[in-house]
Amino acid sequence: MSENSPPQDAAVEIDGLDKWYGDFHVLRDINLVVGKGERIVVCGPSGSGKSTLIRCINGLEEHQHGRLVVNGIELRRDPAAIDKVRRNVGMVFQHFNLFSHLTVLENCTLAPMHVRKLPKAEAEDLARRYLARVRLAEQVNKYPAQLSGGEQQRVAIARALCMSPSIMLFDEPTSALDPEMVTEVLDTIVGLAEDGMTMVCVTHEMGFARQVADRVVFMDDGEIVEIDRPEAFFTAPRHERTKLFLSRILR
Amino acid sequence: MSALAERPRFAARIDPLRRLFASPASVLLTIGCLALLVWVLPDLLRFFVFDAVWTANDGLACRAPGAGACWAFVAHKLPYFTYGAYPLAQRWRVDIVFGIGAALLGWVLIPRAPARKFGGGLLLLVYPIFAFVLLEGAPALGLVRVSSDLWGGILATFVVAAFGIFVSLPFGILLALGRRSNLPVLRLASIAFIEFMRGVPMIAVLFMAATMLPLFLPGWLTPDRLLPPLVGVALFASAYMAEVVRGGLQALPKGQSEAAQALGLRFWARQRLVILPQALRLVIPAIANTVIGLFKDTTLVATVGIFDFLRSVDSARLDPHWAGPTITTTAYSFAAIFYFVCCFGMSRYSYYLESRWHP
Ligand SMILES: Nc1ncnc2c1ncn2[C@@H]1O[C@H](COP(=O)(O)OP(=O)(O)O)[C@@H](O)[C@H]1O
Ligand SMILES: [Mg+2]
Repeated sequence: MSENSPPQDAAVEIDGLDKWYGDFHVLRDINLVVGKGERIVVCGPSGSGKSTLIRCINGLEEHQHGRLVVNGIELRRDPAAIDKVRRNVGMVFQHFNLFSHLTVLENCTLAPMHVRKLPKAEAEDLARRYLARVRLAEQVNKYPAQLSGGEQQRVAIARALCMSPSIMLFDEPTSALDPEMVTEVLDTIVGLAEDGMTMVCVTHEMGFARQVADRVVFMDDGEIVEIDRPEAFFTAPRHERTKLFLSRILR
Repeated sequence: MSALAERPRFAARIDPLRRLFASPASVLLTIGCLALLVWVLPDLLRFFVFDAVWTANDGLACRAPGAGACWAFVAHKLPYFTYGAYPLAQRWRVDIVFGIGAALLGWVLIPRAPARKFGGGLLLLVYPIFAFVLLEGAPALGLVRVSSDLWGGILATFVVAAFGIFVSLPFGILLALGRRSNLPVLRLASIAFIEFMRGVPMIAVLFMAATMLPLFLPGWLTPDRLLPPLVGVALFASAYMAEVVRGGLQALPKGQSEAAQALGLRFWARQRLVILPQALRLVIPAIANTVIGLFKDTTLVATVGIFDFLRSVDSARLDPHWAGPTITTTAYSFAAIFYFVCCFGMSRYSYYLESRWHP
């Protein structure tokens, strides 16, 4: 496989995408194809546009130029298309963003009940199943504020999974966590990866990247500088900017 | 961890008596307050309780030298304070409206009550129509029509306040959402409305409503004296409520809305299920403030000819039958007690809600 070989069956196709915040050119000519079941790790210096890129994939940000197709649906300004895409794309945020007025269980049943229109009992069964999977079966009636950061992030993962997404987006899921909680969250994500979930994960956890990533995308200054298999990426980076970044992060 | 564990955990439980004398400053304050109490309390008690006239059929006993507050006057005028000029024979209708209103309010405000949602639905959707029909009358149902010109006293005050609260909360929420909308027309319209209402005294709004509203109404609608101030108060309060709600919306981290979006919730579902429940809880004290302000502002409807509670107290005071040196003081004291009890009740309820949600 070459560094950017378009897989047969694409989950996400990004083609010549540009985005501006006012005058600020935040994403420049992004080209990336994510195959079904593929696991992509995105890394790069802070402010390089990683979050903006994955937020474009579920329509939280809109792009001004280029094509972005998710599960065969092109994202444009059309709200119906955005709705359709979001139903199949789950997202996990750096700061968890759990709904603080709802219990853990309610956080997980909210979207199944009001978006998928599942009956309450069914939504709760589903939620309990995913909460058990992230090892939080005992905490279902607590409020987010009563949980540790790692537990909150695992609830956020379960909440996203309750919508049965085919693609999961992670935006630095462990960077707001105390070091001792990073592993429990990464293990959960690794578990997902082993089940064949398509995922795009922004992270600087290089051990994790080596373990699960099919390809690593390195961004700097709004551009994709380098895309490579993890082994090659870490042992033989080709660009100066990549080498500089790796030397800082792997110190 | 250990530092935390060793901290005295019940600092607040220190004997309160000892705290009153904990330092020279608090000793001074304590003594000062006691002196003030000793100075005013006996006079107050003498006037309002011991020397007060509790029963009388006219002002004679109240005019006796040295007589205190004339509560007999209040007792005698209480029906007028309650119903205004509502016809005597029809006042049972007001009693029913009050009784059912109180029962529904109790049902909905007590958080542990069963089927509260159902009670809330009754209170918000069915009760207003029921109350209106019963108060206004419907000849078809055998209820004599009672023009709202005759509604007065506590009835008028409650109708204006309840309508104001009933309209201003939802309308204020819509205005607040409109002010944050991406659609320029909606945003500008909301800003214009809010800023206009906030930039004009309430009395001016009431006069404008009284003169302008009839122009917008179809000709067959009888011009009604109560409707314009009702609308005026509600719109005025909505502008304030909108700013309060906007404060709550702004205080909520953006991530809440984004997480809801990412889960596929559409705009209204997002507002209803995620944003508003949190934003409104954040601003309960300010909402209570606005509601209490609205309740007291209802007294201004007197300027456009509504005999609300304060106005009826004010006019009853002039009854020559009861004229006397203590009548004015008694009447206004009674009005003050009424408004205080209502406002203090609302204030306590808001504290209770706060403590429930922010333990
Ligand atoms: N809403 C916004 N408006 C303007 N500039 C923004 C906005 N969001 C992000 N940016 C800018 O875009 C750049 C990329 O941001 P981001 O995608 O969050 O970077 P990363 O996630 O790689 O740290 C940064 O320089 C940031 O300041
Ligand atoms: Mg980021």
